[in-house]
Amino acid sequence: MAKRKTGIHGREGIAGWVFTAPAMIILGVFLFVPIAMALWVSMTNWTGNVDPFGGGPNATFVGTKNYTALFLQDGLARSNFMQSLGNTFYYVLLVVPLQTAMSLLLALIVNEKFLRGKSFFRTAFYFPSVTSSIAISTVFLFLFSNTGAVNGLLKVVGIDGPEWFSDSRGLLHLFFGLFGAGENPGWAQGQIFGRPLWDWLSGPSVAMCVIIFLAVWTTTGTFMLMFLAALQDLPVEVDEAAMLDGVSPWQKLRLVTIPMLKPALFLVITLGIIGTWQVFDQIYVMGKGSPAGTTMTPAFLSYKTSFTSNAWGSGAAMAFIVFLIIVILTWAQRRLMREDKSPGLLHRAVRAARLAQANGRTGPK
Amino acid sequence: MRTRTIRPGSAALVLGACGALVLSACGGGSGFGGAAKNQATGPAKLTIMIGSSGDSETNAVKAAAAAWSKQSGNTAKVIAASDLGQQLGQGFAGGTPPDLFYADATRIGDFAKVGNLYPYGDQLKGADYLPSLVKTFTYKDKLQCAPKDYSTLALLINTDMWAAAGLTDADIPKDWAGLETAAKKLTKGKVTGLVIGNAIDRGGVFMRQSGGWVVSADGKTMTADSAQNLAGLQQMQKMMTAGSLKFNTDTRPAAGWGGEAFGKGTAAMTIEGNWIRGALTKDYPTIKTKIVELPAGPAGKGTLMFSNCWGIAAKSTHHAQAVDLVKYLTSIDQQLAFSKAFGPMPSTVAGNTRFKTLYPQDAAFAAGGAYGQGPVNLPGFDPVIAAFGSKLATLGKGADPKAMLAELQKNGTAAIAAG
Repeated sequence: MAKRKTGIHGREGIAGWVFTAPAMIILGVFLFVPIAMALWVSMTNWTGNVDPFGGGPNATFVGTKNYTALFLQDGLARSNFMQSLGNTFYYVLLVVPLQTAMSLLLALIVNEKFLRGKSFFRTAFYFPSVTSSIAISTVFLFLFSNTGAVNGLLKVVGIDGPEWFSDSRGLLHLFFGLFGAGENPGWAQGQIFGRPLWDWLSGPSVAMCVIIFLAVWTTTGTFMLMFLAALQDLPVEVDEAAMLDGVSPWQKLRLVTIPMLKPALFLVITLGIIGTWQVFDQIYVMGKGSPAGTTMTPAFLSYKTSFTSNAWGSGAAMAFIVFLIIVILTWAQRRLMREDKSPGLLHRAVRAARLAQANGRTGPK
Repeated sequence: MRTRTIRPGSAALVLGACGALVLSACGGGSGFGGAAKNQATGPAKLTIMIGSSGDSETNAVKAAAAAWSKQSGNTAKVIAASDLGQQLGQGFAGGTPPDLFYADATRIGDFAKVGNLYPYGDQLKGADYLPSLVKTFTYKDKLQCAPKDYSTLALLINTDMWAAAGLTDADIPKDWAGLETAAKKLTKGKVTGLVIGNAIDRGGVFMRQSGGWVVSADGKTMTADSAQNLAGLQQMQKMMTAGSLKFNTDTRPAAGWGGEAFGKGTAAMTIEGNWIRGALTKDYPTIKTKIVELPAGPAGKGTLMFSNCWGIAAKSTHHAQAVDLVKYLTSIDQQLAFSKAFGPMPSTVAGNTRFKTLYPQDAAFAAGGAYGQGPVNLPGFDPVIAAFGSKLATLGKGADPKAMLAELQKNGTAAIAAG
C-alpha cells in the first residue's frame, strides 16, 4: 500500500469526489448542517435571541432534558405533547388507509380503457392536490361552518349537524357513550405518560374529522397519479393471462393487480405516513389546535413552543421525536411489506435444493 | 468491490469539509447577533411593526409615524404584521427585530425575561399612565415599555330586547343578583340572556368581582385555587345551569365571539370591550345598544383590561430615537387621534378624562380603567392560560370548576418556578 497506485484507474476516487463535491456541499449546507444545528438546539435552553452556539444563560447546554421533560416530567409541556401525539395517531390511522384506498380506487377507475372523458376525470381528481392547502382550508372553513353548506345538506335529510369546529368530543367517546359508558368510566382510570387512558381512547374529535376529511380529499389526487403511473406500467400479458384463466374482476384485482402494485403501494403509504405526521398548515388555518387542543399536532405544537413561547429547545426536541416516530413507522411498514415474507419450511427446502443443484452444475467459483 | 471502498484519506477529507461547513455556519454567530449593538446617532431609519385591527389602524399609525418623521428628521416605516407574535419571534431569532413594535401585555414577561426588550420605563418620568397599566407592563420592578392604549370590558345590553322583557333603567344590574334576574328575564326561545366568550379573558371578570385572580398582586405566587376564584366560576355555572348564561360556543348556532351572538340577536347581553364598537357600526348597524359598567360581585367592581405597549427591541441601534417616537405617539393628542380612528382609550389619566367627555357613550369602558385587571404578564404563562381556557370552555357542560382551578394552580406554579 505504500506505493501510490498509478495507471488508468489510479485517480478515479479523487475525480469522483471532485465531481460529487458541488452536490455534497449543497446538501451539507442546506441539509446536514441545519439538521446538526437543530439537534444541538434541541439540547439547549435556547431562548431565540442570542447565538445558540455561544453558551451563556440563554443558550445553555442541558443534555437530554428537553426530551425527558416531554415524556417523564409531569407538567403542561408533557400533557400538551401527549395530547398532540394522541390526536395525530388517530389522524394518521384514519387518513393513511383512507387516502390509499381512495386513490387506488380512483386510479383503477381512470385507468379503465372504456371510460370516456378520461383526461377530464384525471384533471378533476388531481385538482385538489395542486391547489394551495391554505386556500382549500379556508373553503372548508366555510363549508363546515355552523350555517355552512354541509350542515345545510344534513338539515335537508333531517340531521341537525354538529358545530364542527367547536366540538371537542372524541368519536370513540361518542361511540362508547352509545353503550352507556359515561364520563371517565372505572376501567379507563390508568395513566400512560401522565395522560388518562380515557383521554388516549377518545378517538379523533369532531373538529379533527373535518381536517381528516380535508387531508384525504387533497392528497388523494397526488397518490392517484402515482398508482396510475404504476398501473400503466403493468404488463398487459399478465392481465390477459389471468383473464384466460377465468378470474373474476375482484380476484384479478386482489391476486394480480395489487401484488404487482406493491412498490407503488409502498411509496404511497410511506409518503402518507410522513405527510400525515407532519401536518401543519391545515391546523394553522383551521383553529390552531382548538377546540380544547383536540386538533393540536406535534408539528404545530413544535412551532408554537418555539415561536410564541420562545422555548426553542423544547420545540426542536419535539421535531426530532416526530422524526424518530416517522423513521420507526416507515421501517416497520417496510418489514411488513417485504417481498418474501418469511418463506415457509417447504419453500426454503425447495429453494435450497434448487440452489445446490445449480451450484453442482456450474461448480464452485 | 474495490470501487466501493472509501479510503481513509478521502473519508477524512469529507469529514474535514463537513466540519469546516459546520464551523463556518456557526462561527461568528453573524446571523444571530451577539451582544447589544452600539447605539447610532443622527437621523435614524426606524421600523415599526404593528398587529393591526384593520386599515383604519394601519393608516392612523402610518400618519402619526410620518408626522414624527417630518418633525424629527428621522424616517419611520410601518409594517402591519399578519401574525405579529410569529414575526416578532422570527425577528428576535434572526437578530434583526423591528425597532419598535406592539408588545402584548401577556407577552411582557416572555420578552423581558430573555432580554428582547429595551426597558426604557425610567425615561418616561412625568407621564401619568394609569396605575393599573403601569403594573401590567412592569416586570421585575421595572416598567418595560410605555402603555400604548387600552380597552376594558363592559356589559352590552340590547335595548330593544331589554324593553320587550319589561325591564327599565332601574333594572340595569348593579350586582350578581341583579344580573341573574335580568338575564333570566331576557332568556326566551332562541335568545340567551347573557352570552360571553369561553376563555378567561371574559369569564375572568367573575373571578375579579368575587375578589380573586390567577396570581397574587405582586405576581410572585399563584392564587388560582382560592375560594374567591371558585365562587366566581360557581356563579357562572349557576347561571349556566339556569340557562341564562352561555358561552359563545354553546349557543345554537355557535358564535365566533360574544359580539357575534349579540349582533345576530341570539344574545340579549354580552361582555365585550371597546373593539365591539367597530363591529356594531360595521356589521350590525340595526342593533340598539347600551353600554354599562359590569355589575359588582361580592368583592366589588371588577373588569379586565387589554393593552399593548410600545416595545423597543434591545437589539435596535436607535434606542434614543425610538424613545422619542414613543413619547410622540403616547402624547395625549396623538392618543386621542388613535381613539377617533380605531377606538382604544388613551393610556394616561389626563387622556382618559378627555376621552370620557369626548365619548360619553363609552364612559363605562373608561370607568373600568380605574379598577381593571391586566392579564397575567409572567413568562411561560401563555400555554398555562391556554390550557385553562380549554378546560373553562367545558364549564357549561358540568365540568368541575374546583378541578380546573387546581390544575391552573399546578401549571402556573410550575411556570413561576421555571421563570
